[in-house]
Amino acid sequence: MNILVCVKRVPLTGGKIVLTEDQRAISTRHLGFTVSPHEECGAEEAVRLVEAHGGSCTVLTLGPPEAEEQLRDMMAIGVDTAIHLVTGGEEWDPQATARAITDAIRSQGEPFDLILFGNESADAGNYQVAIRVAYALGLPVVTGVKGIAVQDGQVRLEQEVSGGRDVYVVPMPAVATVKEGLNLPRYPSVPGRMRAKRKPLDASNPSRDEPRLEMVRLKTPPGSGKQVEVLGNGAEAAPAVVEVLSGLGVL
Amino acid sequence: MSVLVFVESAEDELSAQAVAFAAQLGGELEAVTVDSAGGYAPPLWAKALSDALRERGAGALVGPGTDRGNELLSHVAAILDLPMAANCLSATLGSPATVTRMRWGGSLLEEANVHGSPLLLTVAPHAVAAAPAIDGVTSLSADGETPVRVRERVSTATAGVSLEDADVVVSGGRGVGSAEGFGIIEELAQLLGGAVGCSRAVTSAGWRPHTDQVGQTGTKVSPEIYIACGISGATQHMAGCKGAKKLLAINPDAEASIFASADYAVVGDLHEVVPAISAEIRKVRGT
Repeated sequence: MNILVCVKRVPLTGGKIVLTEDQRAISTRHLGFTVSPHEECGAEEAVRLVEAHGGSCTVLTLGPPEAEEQLRDMMAIGVDTAIHLVTGGEEWDPQATARAITDAIRSQGEPFDLILFGNESADAGNYQVAIRVAYALGLPVVTGVKGIAVQDGQVRLEQEVSGGRDVYVVPMPAVATVKEGLNLPRYPSVPGRMRAKRKPLDASNPSRDEPRLEMVRLKTPPGSGKQVEVLGNGAEAAPAVVEVLSGLGVL
Repeated sequence: MSVLVFVESAEDELSAQAVAFAAQLGGELEAVTVDSAGGYAPPLWAKALSDALRERGAGALVGPGTDRGNELLSHVAAILDLPMAANCLSATLGSPATVTRMRWGGSLLEEANVHGSPLLLTVAPHAVAAAPAIDGVTSLSADGETPVRVRERVSTATAGVSLEDADVVVSGGRGVGSAEGFGIIEELAQLLGGAVGCSRAVTSAGWRPHTDQVGQTGTKVSPEIYIACGISGATQHMAGCKGAKKLLAINPDAEASIFASADYAVVGDLHEVVPAISAEIRKVRGT
């Protein structure tokens, strides 16, 4: 089977988010980058499905030239080929992103049986690109998936709900958005990283539609205003902790 | 100008918050849901909502910031080719409409213009107080055929206190050091009748299952007290535990960012502090 997984390059934020001076992006001068967590599980799942059923898998990203790093990372864990929709680094809104991805999927020679996305990106969290792509391509879409099984041209998708899983069975080709916990992604091996450098990567520069969800500026939320009470150092703090627990009525 | 608000049920807390949020937009408010007799089928439910929007000439469709709310509003946006703003904290109708919405699980906010009408949005959980009651919910019917329909529900409920419902959560981070290291975390959780949580670093290392993860890509918890042991306080983690009423952080690094969000702090090595707390509880209880 032929699988596509779409991923997004996001900064590895630590404890505090610092904005750029124009307040339109996160200052990444001291930060590394990664693939959004849900999508990392999507790439792992694509590799596992190909290992089990044969075929090939492709990773796609829409992002700046530096996002090639994330495409190579995914190829290092076993993805075969990559599609890079190169942007100038500015943010694309969900509709422009979905349009560019849809065009890229349509222009592929071999159609994909399964197209995986993350349920929502770690940074923008718009929840909608996959659904827009599915509608544009006329394909069924299931979101929030934590279990995937392929059989006889159909795919069984388990959607996480409170206290359980809702089960869908849809014909392929299909689109699914996945959540972290679907699997535990492997770490890339050194030979995997070497192979990834030589795997095919198709880069192009799509045109950007005017944003209809137009980001004006970012801001950090007001602080909690909390005043931390230091209960002590080391094991000697235990009686003070127990007093607090007792005061809260949880002892 | 009327406003439609999708509610999951008349009893659902986040739906009641969506109703309160929608009321602030002004205009005549109508709460709608979809007849669930045929089971949940997102494309048909979204079609019913899209048709209702058109028939009423409504100025906005508001949904709760739940998995289902975000899913359905995205379907409606795709059907109508309109923008959709997820997890909004505030909104004003207009041309363009303006919203403030959550990014990074709430660690960052975005002010945005939304070009297109009707305005489609979901409401960030706990952004506004819930409406006291949801009255007169119109039930829409979802007709048609689709392969995207829930076939069955499989239960994953486990014995013991769930993370989501626990009054006390004792959570371990990278500082715990190993899977075995969680023995002392489990012991304290058990003494307090609470649940064990962990950070993403822990699940990525394979020390605990993903079902234990508290965070932006894990479970969102809201206990009376959250005890964070050896957790640095990355935004990924804080997005999952900011609903806790009180936060106690135990960390050897006095500069750890978790202390900025904590109510109580113990500066020290969790491997010494946590067993000492357990021992003190036993001593107080005389057991």
